[in-house]
Amino acid sequence: MLKISNLHAGIEDNEILKGIDLEVKAGEVHAIMGPNGSGKSTLASVIAGKEEYEITAGSVVLEGEDLEDASPEERAHKGIFLSFQYPVEIPGVSVTNFMKTAINEGRKAKGLEDMPAKDMLKMIREKAELLEIDRKFLSRSLNEGFSGGEKKRNEIFQMAMLEPKLAILDETDSGLDIDALRIVANGVNKLKSKDNAVIVITHYQRLLDYIVPDFVHVLHQGKIVKSGTKELAHELEEKGYDWIKQETAV
Amino acid sequence: MAYTEEELKKELETKEYEYGFYTDIESDTFPVGLNEEIVIAISKKKEEPEWMTQWRLEAFKAWKQMEEPEWANVKYKKPDFQAISYYSAPNSKPKYNSLDEVDPELLDTFKRLGISLDEQKKLAGVAVDIVMDSVSVATTFKKTLAEKGIIFCSISEAIKEHPELVKKYIGTVVPQKDNFYAALNSAVFSDGSFCYIPKGVRCPMELSTYFRINQAGTGQFERTLVIADEGSYVSYLEGCTAPSRDENQLHAAVVELIALDDAEIKYSTVQNWFPGDKEGKGGVFNFVTKRGICHKNSKISWTQVETGSAVTWKYPSCILKGDNSIGEFYSIAVTNNYQQADTGTKMIHLGKNTRSTIISKGISAGKSQNSYRGLVQVNSRAENARNFSQCDSLLMGNECGAHTFPYIEVKNKTAQIEHEATTSKIGEDQIFYCNQRGIDTEKAIALIVNGFSKEVLNKLPMEFAVEAQKLLEISLEGSVG
Repeated sequence: MLKISNLHAGIEDNEILKGIDLEVKAGEVHAIMGPNGSGKSTLASVIAGKEEYEITAGSVVLEGEDLEDASPEERAHKGIFLSFQYPVEIPGVSVTNFMKTAINEGRKAKGLEDMPAKDMLKMIREKAELLEIDRKFLSRSLNEGFSGGEKKRNEIFQMAMLEPKLAILDETDSGLDIDALRIVANGVNKLKSKDNAVIVITHYQRLLDYIVPDFVHVLHQGKIVKSGTKELAHELEEKGYDWIKQETAV
Repeated sequence: MAYTEEELKKELETKEYEYGFYTDIESDTFPVGLNEEIVIAISKKKEEPEWMTQWRLEAFKAWKQMEEPEWANVKYKKPDFQAISYYSAPNSKPKYNSLDEVDPELLDTFKRLGISLDEQKKLAGVAVDIVMDSVSVATTFKKTLAEKGIIFCSISEAIKEHPELVKKYIGTVVPQKDNFYAALNSAVFSDGSFCYIPKGVRCPMELSTYFRINQAGTGQFERTLVIADEGSYVSYLEGCTAPSRDENQLHAAVVELIALDDAEIKYSTVQNWFPGDKEGKGGVFNFVTKRGICHKNSKISWTQVETGSAVTWKYPSCILKGDNSIGEFYSIAVTNNYQQADTGTKMIHLGKNTRSTIISKGISAGKSQNSYRGLVQVNSRAENARNFSQCDSLLMGNECGAHTFPYIEVKNKTAQIEHEATTSKIGEDQIFYCNQRGIDTEKAIALIVNGFSKEVLNKLPMEFAVEAQKLLEISLEGSVG
């Protein structure tokens, strides 16, 4: 589904990603771990097409299509979803209105009519239940005054509504207590299918107890320095990132 | 990227002003210049009674002694008042009973404006009194209104048919000598709307007027008078668009509202005069005096969405004369490119237990300057007056400005005044967040701006709110970057 080859990217002459190779197939869950500043969030932003990042070499290909020329919204229409580490506030715009706009813009891009209000309401009800979201929450302004946990749950709610092919969860576990973590992880697991894929970016092994990855990659200084199965995550948890740093320094 | 922000910006900038077209209808236009003869000629042309002519002349005399005000936070080349033609009326004179009789070209204009009368008639019972270059060319729903004793007609017609009402109320809220532009308007007003709601009558439909400047080089001086008699209610809508033009067009309207005891007037405006091109060339000068007086237990509510004009100078105000009266001002002012707006309100508390609310949302983009100027005045006998003011500014880009000039004058210690102000900026992070959800930048800005303006948009009547949202989108196109 996603094929990243020799990806070099950075911001204003500062190269952050220094040759990333990664292949994600449909039905797979990949975890990307690594210390602070290793380039995890940059990788997520580059896949999503954030414009301040410049790709200097290599490619990001989604289902055989090079994404280089695609705008962030086109990538979203192709099925890429990013759950933000720090979701932004949009005062006065309700969660429902935001989702309605996002879904209908996506449909417009595919040449479809707006989703009928009845279907939209039904979908909202189902997905809100899945993530144990109170209906009142949906009429609040997007992320405004939300707790850390509410913000993250709202991100996954949006993912459920948009039904992406490839979901990237950027530090979705940060700021979550154990109950919220369980709910969020449950939601993600229920949304998983053989046709979509998930990339989980995290510092800690904790989330991976709930969302079990097929592959774990360790990112360090802009490169994937180690790949393995979920055992690798446990090993990291035990030994810490210094182990990786030492190993790569050798 | 297939579509960089720069490209997007360029494409949007090349979009022509949506309503920038000119209707070629034969017009009856006065020679340029202003003097007593012109004032008398206007009055005569409109077949006005002698008292009206004299009233205009008094205003003209006062105006000659006055100086154009300079205190507003706007810069512009002052109009040459001797280079303006003060009267212009479409030639197709007689009033029509049905649309079939109306000049097809005129109908086409309405269609392009999206206000076909046919549609309007069907729409939620809205009666439309359209002012096309000063003279009313169509009035609908008059019969229904007449059954309730409601008078809704052009001011010229009112002067002829209901002189006692006009004579009693005109100039009582905005006197002839009130200010430079009000004096000018009083001398030369061409037409406008008149509305009278009898005692205890609740107007069954939204009254609506569409104003439009159409004749090259003619100033537009509208005069509106709305009288809500005791215990009555009316919701009045005013909306306008103007054709694209190189030279500046002056618009100096006066609106007077009178809410007698226990009456309520809701006055909503969507203003979309031509703002000038992206270099700041052309555009309408909008110098408007709007004021209402509230008698006992009455209420006046101003709601405005201001997106147009090169220069706006406008302060819809309430004089809370009667005890327990209420004044409200809800405003969205959008400026883009080189537009300048100095707008706000005055709430004058004279009666006991008077209350006022001010919600102002200013949105600045491009190289524009947007100022809020508001006065809250509590006089010595206004026991227990209350005011709440909230002024929020939203900035887009680094080249625009937002300014707030609140004036508070309190002479009674029982008053309670609250003022809140915020300034925020549309962030790239907000836009990227929307983009990532599949919402393009233009739509994202519209979404963010509509969210910011929600409290005011909610105050507009339903059909107007939809139009206003569209206008916000149109006026902010090309402001990204």
